[in-house]
Amino acid sequence: MKNLPETLRMAFTYVFLSVMAFLSLFPFAWMMIGATNSNTDVTKGKITFGSAFFDNYAKLTELFDVGQIFMNSTKIALIGSFFTLLVSSMAGYGFEIFRSALRERIYQALLLSMMVPFAALMIPLFTLLASADILDTHMAVILPTVASAYIVFYFRQSTKAFPSELREAARIDGLKEWQIFLFVYVPVMRSTYAAAFIIVFMTAWNNFLWPLIVLQSNELKTITLAISSLGSSYSPDFGVIMVATVLATLPTLFVFFAMQRQFVQGMLGSVK
Amino acid sequence: MATAAKAARPGYRRYYDVNGWFFVGSAITLISVFMAYPIIKSLWLSLHSGQGSVMKFVGFGNIERLFSDPIFMIALTNTFIFLIIQVPVMIVLALIMASCLNMPNLKFRSLLRTAVFLPCVTSLVAYSVLFKSMFSYDGLINSMLLKTGLIEQSIPFLSDPFWAKVVVILALTWRWTGYNMIFYLAAMQNIDKSIYEAARIDGISATRRFISITVPMLKPVILFTTVTSTIGTLQLFDEPMNITQGLISDVTLTLSLYIYKLSFRFVPNFGYAATVSYVIVVLVAILALIQFYAARERD
Repeated sequence: MKNLPETLRMAFTYVFLSVMAFLSLFPFAWMMIGATNSNTDVTKGKITFGSAFFDNYAKLTELFDVGQIFMNSTKIALIGSFFTLLVSSMAGYGFEIFRSALRERIYQALLLSMMVPFAALMIPLFTLLASADILDTHMAVILPTVASAYIVFYFRQSTKAFPSELREAARIDGLKEWQIFLFVYVPVMRSTYAAAFIIVFMTAWNNFLWPLIVLQSNELKTITLAISSLGSSYSPDFGVIMVATVLATLPTLFVFFAMQRQFVQGMLGSVK
Repeated sequence: MATAAKAARPGYRRYYDVNGWFFVGSAITLISVFMAYPIIKSLWLSLHSGQGSVMKFVGFGNIERLFSDPIFMIALTNTFIFLIIQVPVMIVLALIMASCLNMPNLKFRSLLRTAVFLPCVTSLVAYSVLFKSMFSYDGLINSMLLKTGLIEQSIPFLSDPFWAKVVVILALTWRWTGYNMIFYLAAMQNIDKSIYEAARIDGISATRRFISITVPMLKPVILFTTVTSTIGTLQLFDEPMNITQGLISDVTLTLSLYIYKLSFRFVPNFGYAATVSYVIVVLVAILALIQFYAARERD
């Protein structure tokens, strides 16, 4: 095959990428526009902004305590992220700095556990938490997610780039190991923490199946559960649903645009 | 060298071990309780049957039941349809996108890249509901197709066994292509530009360069994304549940959805549900092995 002329190739590239960009962005526009239109207009496929936003929002607040739902999601995502980062970064650091044959073997088992689908865990997890009598609490949502094999792996990989001179110097200064971790490692690795935080926060914020199983009380429910129940009602009001999806998407969009570089770095962390 | 000297010092090994366990201890404990224990318990459950908490040992009885369970067969078939069609389509599309975005002298590069990446910040439930609204019977897509005269009457996208699967596949592709693209783009930026230069001077076409240089160089990343996408698709739950009324209709029933229904919607039979969940475990293991093996073979 002969080389396509350069200009034709560039033209194809621009057309292809523009179409892809349009298709990628369209549902976002659809969501924003839909939030301002009534249910009938949304289902009719109206693609211009309307004036029903406040009506939709009012209807949403009738169905759910929006502030409460938002707080629940935020609480679960933030507390979960804090403990996940703490526990998993300590483990990643520990596995890399204090190596031993036994710990190495445990680490390999940990990596293998990443392949186990959640579906295979959920029934025993459910019965376990039921016997501990903590079903239908936020703690039950958070606990199983705290030790993340993926984040342990991510921190271990990143710790390889942590300069050993810093540790040596801190040791000579008489710092204990936990002090070295807390006062030297954590500040030095803050961009790793930022990247890991984004991954963990997003996963927790967007989590659906596990909260669906665990949470029964309406006042404990998260925003993903609220959207799902709105969407699966007998005659869904899409104007209201759009307002809820906008509310659910804004925080993650905000995190993405504020920390785009760390966002991508966190995703790629696993293949470096 | 320094480590060897330290290791020889008496008491150092103990110090080393105490600290090692201190740092990894809490993670290991949590993973044992919330990961290792459930995996083993699931296996134990899969050998038992019964309703609620009354369980009796049935050995391989649950496995026999799988083969005569038409709903399980539907779930298995649907999951495989999603896997076989969606994963390759998405990976090829992501590769083409990445190589377009990697072209030298491309204008608006970061704008275009951000645009195609943006879908993967949405939550699975939120975008599922968006797709549901677009593809509903009197919804946007149908009214557009009617207006342009491509169809005579609305297509029941969400309830028709064929179209419902198409919508789920489209939705998955929308959500995950940009995500995979980022991995390829990062890997492409590490390929030595002079290889392309040499190929170009030798008169090798762009398509050929893509197939003979880019794809082989990206093999480890393609393998990684294929394995993670396979695992993800085998666990598919949020999309069929929220786009197509997964609890009511079986047109997009997946294995995970079936496990959920068996455990929490029907009269709970945890033993049989655990057996279905081990089907996913076994499939993940087999498919990952095949993919690793296939990647090694081509070397």
